[in-house]
Amino acid sequence: MENTATQIINSLYDQCIADFEVRSNTAEPEALTALRQKGFQNFKKAGFPSNKVEDWKYVNLTPFLKESFATATEEELVEVPESVIKNAAIPHLDVWTIVLVNGVFRKDLSDTVNQEGVFVLPILEAASRPAFQKHFGTYTDLAKNHFAAVNTALFRDGLFIEIKNNAIVEKPIHVLHINTANEPLFLQPRSLYVVGVSANGSIIESFVNAGANANVFVNNVAEIFVAENANLHHYYIQAGSEKNRYVHHTEVYQQQNSVYNNYKASFPGTSLLRNNLNIALDGENVESHLYGLYLSGGHQLVDNHTIVDHRKPHCQSNELYKGVMKDESTGVFNGKIFVRKDAQKTNAFQQNNNLMLGRKAVVDSKPQLEIFADDVKCSHGSTVGQFNADALFYLKSRGIGEEKARALLVHAFAFDVTEKIPLAEVQDHINHLIEEGLKA
Amino acid sequence: MLSIKNLKASVDDKEILKGLDLEVKAGEVHAIMGPNGSGKSTLASVLAGKDNYEVTGGQVTFDGKDLMDMSPEDRARAGLFLAFQYPVEIPGVSNINFLKTAMNEVRAYNNLPPIEAKEFLRMMKEKQKLVEFDSALANRSLNEGFSGGEKKRNEIFQLAMLEPKLSILDETDSGLDIDALRIVSRGVNKLRSGKNAFILITHYQRLLEYIVPDYVHVLYNGQIVKSGTKELALELEEKGYDWLKESAPAASFH
Ligand SMILES: Nc1ncnc2c1ncn2[C@@H]1O[C@H](COP(=O)(O)OP(=O)(O)OP(=O)(O)O)[C@@H](O)[C@H]1O
Ligand SMILES: [Mg+2]
Repeated sequence: MENTATQIINSLYDQCIADFEVRSNTAEPEALTALRQKGFQNFKKAGFPSNKVEDWKYVNLTPFLKESFATATEEELVEVPESVIKNAAIPHLDVWTIVLVNGVFRKDLSDTVNQEGVFVLPILEAASRPAFQKHFGTYTDLAKNHFAAVNTALFRDGLFIEIKNNAIVEKPIHVLHINTANEPLFLQPRSLYVVGVSANGSIIESFVNAGANANVFVNNVAEIFVAENANLHHYYIQAGSEKNRYVHHTEVYQQQNSVYNNYKASFPGTSLLRNNLNIALDGENVESHLYGLYLSGGHQLVDNHTIVDHRKPHCQSNELYKGVMKDESTGVFNGKIFVRKDAQKTNAFQQNNNLMLGRKAVVDSKPQLEIFADDVKCSHGSTVGQFNADALFYLKSRGIGEEKARALLVHAFAFDVTEKIPLAEVQDHINHLIEEGLKA
Repeated sequence: MLSIKNLKASVDDKEILKGLDLEVKAGEVHAIMGPNGSGKSTLASVLAGKDNYEVTGGQVTFDGKDLMDMSPEDRARAGLFLAFQYPVEIPGVSNINFLKTAMNEVRAYNNLPPIEAKEFLRMMKEKQKLVEFDSALANRSLNEGFSGGEKKRNEIFQLAMLEPKLSILDETDSGLDIDALRIVSRGVNKLRSGKNAFILITHYQRLLEYIVPDYVHVLYNGQIVKSGTKELALELEEKGYDWLKESAPAASFH
């Protein structure tokens, strides 16, 4: 990653470098200090990615990063209106709610998870736990991921979840990431979720904005370890306002016979949304499902980059991303599938479909397959299309008005993804957000 | 109920309806026959309001209102129904959700409150029975993977649910097996009343044995070239259309 944009985004870069000097005085476990040092060196060399970096070709970060940011809020406990938490709740779904405000775990606003074998902690409080020491920073390539590097160097807050071997989490853990700021804020929360052998759980993450008065840039990094025979359902529900910019890096590492399901839904609002979702299938008989739905509007830029890395034989990956593009929004889908030499009998499927509603909306869809094994089944496809005029007319000819007819067809388009969501309440919630997003 | 006067319509600058007249009164059943490509489906589409057809002349009134001035959805809400020759498949839209939405839009137009869930279910059951429409199909996505005959039956099921004033059936009989034809016809006959009317577009006399029309018209080259009673259908079955083509005004004379 020799290309850099440090020159353009000097001030934030300098600030991060300076922050690190200050931070290095904080006492932390040795291994963590070493990892931060590694992240720092990588970031120092590479800076923030410019358009010259292949993976950032379509995203010009300069306007988003050139502000004069604070990197933390002054108050210890930022106040959040109760309505924000209420509105982010998923109706009728019984969950443990965990609230993070500007990345800070808020015990005062969160439920206590009182199940044996399930641990939910602020990330730095977990630093001495064996699961943290074993898995933290183990799977993310800091030399290739600019944002993960700077996050590793500087993160202060975030979430640690551990589901011990054989534990079946009784109800979903709903993590509310709320951000709010009165001055431009650059946040770098970090999470690590460790799912033990034969453990099973659902983690739902909602990203919402509590009426920020200033721009908030979130550089969020999450690492997920899914042990042998474990099963994790992992949801991202992304809302936000024009003042929000998000870069999510999600690094998933799976061992044999495990199943990881990622459901990603994003809605109009955030000016910039970049999702990196990397999944390593590093054991036999692994199953990974990636379902994405992006409904974008306004001048939003929504960029989904995924890497599915088949390292061992007899694994299955299944990826379906659907985009509904309104107004003048821009979408990017880049899906890489690697099938390594050892990964015989791989079954890899990838599909990206886009429904263009705005005449000025654009989408760039790029599947990339690199296959080094010979006995594999891989397929990929991508489409960009408009409303089917005959279908629209059919609905109208039964008395259904233009707006409702369009909404029905959008729901129908999204259905292949929404129907995959195993929790009916989450499905309803997302369908409701689609309706709201269409009106917005 | 429906009054069409000198209707002209074209698609891609090609004139297809070339001055068509038709009067349909409440309680009547009209059959329209005619060779392939004569403009029967075009007439149905123009009446339903499909936007790739340009109406270049004439008038159409429906219950006294200028039909051509209304949006397709308003035409439907006002009581016009077209059973399509080729119903589209819409995966992901559930039949039931679709029907409920449609019914409520029609009701809202007529200043009625949304239908109650219980009443809706009762009606579903009743109408499913009427046209022997399998409830497994009713629960599926709209027409997705339906056989040709199942799609046609779904059209009639929708018709029964929406209770329109004027129904246009575009070759609903084509592709139906003999039992389905009997069932669909029986359904239509039960729905017939002094208040509604039907236009049956068909190629086959057979349908008209089940649903006996008051009038039979022959559409040829964009015009009604002959009208009569049900005996005309028998005559057409026997003689074909050639004898009418000779007497029809040729397109070039216009
Ligand atoms: N969208 C279109 N573009 C071009 N030509 C069209 C279009 N729709 C209809 N036509 C032409 O208009 C003429 C009338 O077509 P229409 O479908 O109305 O015939 P029809 O009487 O219903 O025939 P059939 O008995 O085969 O169903 C045909 O020549 C057809 O090719
Ligand atoms: Mg036709």
